Amino acid sequence: MATTTKTISLSGSVEIVREFFEFSINSILYQRGIYPPETFKRVAKYGLGMMVSTDEGLREYLGQVTRQLDSWLTSADVQRLVLVVTGVDSKKPLERWVFAVKTDLGGGGKENSTNAGPKSQKDITAEIQAIIRQITASVTFLPLLTEPCAFDLLVYTKKSSSVPSTWEDTDPLHIANGTEVKLRSFTTTIHNIDAAVSYAPED
Amino acid sequence: MGKQENIADLESLLSLDSEIQSRVAPRWARKAAAAAAADRFIPTRAGMEWDKANYRVENCENGEEEPKKTSSGREQALKAGLLSNGCVEDTEPSRIIHYAAKAPPAPPSGYVNNLRVLYTAQGHTAAVGESSRRAKTTRHIPSAPSRVLDAPELVDDYYLNLVAWGANNKVAVALGATVYVWDAASGGIVELLTLEDAEDYVCSVAWLPGETGDGHLAVGSAGGSTELWDVAATRPLRRMDGHAARVSALAWNAHILSSGSRDSTIVHHDVRVREHAVGSCVGGHAQEVCGLAWSPDGTMLASGGNDNLVCLWSASQTGVRSQDATRVLSDHDAAVKALAWCPHDRNVLATGAGTADRTIKLWNAQLGSMLNSIDTGSQVCALAWNPHEKELLSGHGYAENQLSLWKYPTMARIKDLKGHTGRVLSLCVSPDGSTALSAGADETLRFWDVFAAPGNALLKAKKATTKINRLNSGRPLSIR
Repeated sequence: MATTTKTISLSGSVEIVREFFEFSINSILYQRGIYPPETFKRVAKYGLGMMVSTDEGLREYLGQVTRQLDSWLTSADVQRLVLVVTGVDSKKPLERWVFAVKTDLGGGGKENSTNAGPKSQKDITAEIQAIIRQITASVTFLPLLTEPCAFDLLVYTKKSSSVPSTWEDTDPLHIANGTEVKLRSFTTTIHNIDAAVSYAPED
Repeated sequence: MGKQENIADLESLLSLDSEIQSRVAPRWARKAAAAAAADRFIPTRAGMEWDKANYRVENCENGEEEPKKTSSGREQALKAGLLSNGCVEDTEPSRIIHYAAKAPPAPPSGYVNNLRVLYTAQGHTAAVGESSRRAKTTRHIPSAPSRVLDAPELVDDYYLNLVAWGANNKVAVALGATVYVWDAASGGIVELLTLEDAEDYVCSVAWLPGETGDGHLAVGSAGGSTELWDVAATRPLRRMDGHAARVSALAWNAHILSSGSRDSTIVHHDVRVREHAVGSCVGGHAQEVCGLAWSPDGTMLASGGNDNLVCLWSASQTGVRSQDATRVLSDHDAAVKALAWCPHDRNVLATGAGTADRTIKLWNAQLGSMLNSIDTGSQVCALAWNPHEKELLSGHGYAENQLSLWKYPTMARIKDLKGHTGRVLSLCVSPDGSTALSAGADETLRFWDVFAAPGNALLKAKKATTKINRLNSGRPLSIR
């Protein structure tokens, strides 16, 4: 195809998506107060002030996960990345941040016909910015997390994917009677990311 | 002509010859593909999305009732297409995994989510540690004082600090040359002292912090002396000189009593030792020092003066003769008397200045940077923080003589409390943090239940106040 020369390469797209995951996860952890705000530092990214954790243990954990995501994104094995916030005491899932990943490696099938044509870095950044802004604004409608919370990152992969031994199967941790709010999406033309958050009803 | 074409289209659609475009392969096609891969279906309960399965079943009742009759390829395709637009997106089977090593644990218990502040304005649950998890609506802030006491001959002077509410739940009030102690629990009044010199009057009072009994009161006078009084015995313990003019402000830091004077100096008195004047701050201010406040952690003293300056002094230099100010904040345009350290955020200081300036400014005392400044439209005479919520109460002068409650850190005005007919000279907060006391130039003391105490503390406070009200009901109240 003529357009493929101008579009972002697979590795470039993977880089963008992985970076987006890193920043949005950090952003959620900060905005939802899962880790104390003083352990975050401000970094300029996407034309916004992004909060990034300075906690060594947390950075190490996120590094491990994103490195693995990198290879899965390249092989188009990831279907979803889900950040689940659970109460430490109640063990109940309270919030579920879903990033659905659609990968289109086949040089523009029919599914992707709406996204045809090259896309500039600037447009992608603007789309990512919109999602990050929505994450920031989400504190206005999400219920307050009244108990100490922990989080977990679930990855939905293809059945056929190769999974290293450091990863294990898990429950999807769905929220009973949860309310779902769809957030914006962004696409690099190779990867299409749909974001959504669902939360447990307030009692 | 167009009609005929449409009919032709319809016919071609209805005949099963043409292929129907659908985002998802028809069920039979998928089934065939699955059958090729494996010979039987082994369910994994963890991987099955029960919510979605249930949704599917409930929403497809009409179609599924007679599956044998309607199993034509077209209908199946239609159904699949419809469903794929609705709720079901991932028809591809997926495996859900997570990294075996867990993320580091959330912060230790007792940690309060900082977002609580965001929610208090919206009536969400204000969780304080473990104590209260129940939902609570926005608290009611009464717009009238819960009680009013007369305070005749209360000196109407901006620069003086004439009331103090100690940890022992007693209020010390200086009226002219006399100091009265009013017991908030019982309502009893004790006359503590009267200065002998006819020209003399009391300029400042301050309770030794953290005492439970009758306690000890520091009293600064117009003659320039500072006295320490034992309230139980109603006798002075010691007299500490060191100022050439009236002592307008006092502040305690453990056993160190700092006194600010019209002679523009601050002296630190160690009340335990014979040579009490252990240090002084001479160079900072050029005019009367009228506001003094030690930070809650006792590391920094803030002083405000008639020269429009706020000086910050480090506790590590308290023992030094004529120590230098660590910072001088010169952004105010009028005398600064109102000083209050934030009990919620370290190093945050609120200052309010007089008529020419009318602003409340918030500072990071460590960095000396101004965080916020708002024009209140009126002289700021006193400031007090709500110990329970991130709120700041300010007392004002002409024209409304009101108390204003502000949300920190946005500094949005929550409520104005009106009632005083003269300017509000001082503010203090009860030891349980539920009630604010304002002393007005209209010679009244007014008690406002503006700071709701969380959970049990509120109940206790209520019981206590009703008790006082019963004791004193019927007769006019006066401080003497």
